[in-house]
Amino acid sequence: MKAYLTRRYRFSASHRLHNDTFSEQENKETYGKCNNPHGHGHNYTVEVTVSGAVDRSTGMVCNLVDLDGFVAENILSRYDLQNLNVLPEFAANVPTTENLCVAVYEIVQRGFHRAHLEKVRIEETMMNSFEYWGAANAQL
Amino acid sequence: MVYLTRKAEFSASHYYHNPDFTPEENQRIFGKCNNLNGHGHNYTLEVTVKGAVDPRSGFVVDLKQLKEIMNREVLDAMDHRFLNKEVPEFFNQIPTTENLAIAVWQRLAPKLKAAQLHRVRVYETPDLFVDFYGEV
Repeated sequence: MKAYLTRRYRFSASHRLHNDTFSEQENKETYGKCNNPHGHGHNYTVEVTVSGAVDRSTGMVCNLVDLDGFVAENILSRYDLQNLNVLPEFAANVPTTENLCVAVYEIVQRGFHRAHLEKVRIEETMMNSFEYWGAANAQL
Repeated sequence: MVYLTRKAEFSASHYYHNPDFTPEENQRIFGKCNNLNGHGHNYTLEVTVKGAVDPRSGFVVDLKQLKEIMNREVLDAMDHRFLNKEVPEFFNQIPTTENLAIAVWQRLAPKLKAAQLHRVRVYETPDLFVDFYGEV
């Protein structure tokens, strides 16, 4: 039996949406208030969905302790209470939540092998959320 | 095809324990959930069905009937129960959220006539949920 397990995590970080190759005017038009040179912050919620056969002996897709440990060590400690713009993955990428979704997905996919990663969903605010299912995958 | 989701809530207790494991293995794998006295959750259940919209009623499914089936097949059996001791699926199976989603699916799927079951989602807490689509 294949099941999909989703776990929600939270972190807070600051960012500024700005593209050095745009003119000042273009940056303002494209990013609006998010282009404020001093930056601003959000309380992000990250949902990680993994899938797999339910192990008969444990009843689990994967042990939550392992998933929680991986996310705490590799995602939350990396992003919580940080400025996203100074991190290497955003040196050449604007730290939009679209790009943040892809970055989180790639970290989990590279390092967590106890279940199949289906998707990463990030809520930037209660009103905005973004999903990334990997380069090749479509939504269920 | 239109998808319709009905929510319900139930509260139940459970513990995780595999008699084939040693006490140390049970403790290492299941941690605090291995406490044999049990602990409880407020579960939220989401049942999603799919089907064509009936041109006369405008319904995918009669919600009253869906609610009655969910109450009879799932909530009456699980609400305010100790899952390990009172729900037959869990006499020989660990009542994880994964197995709970599968058990709810297996209880509902044969009872739904007009619409087809698409997804069962069980929230154990607001930060942890499992989806089951009937995939073997």
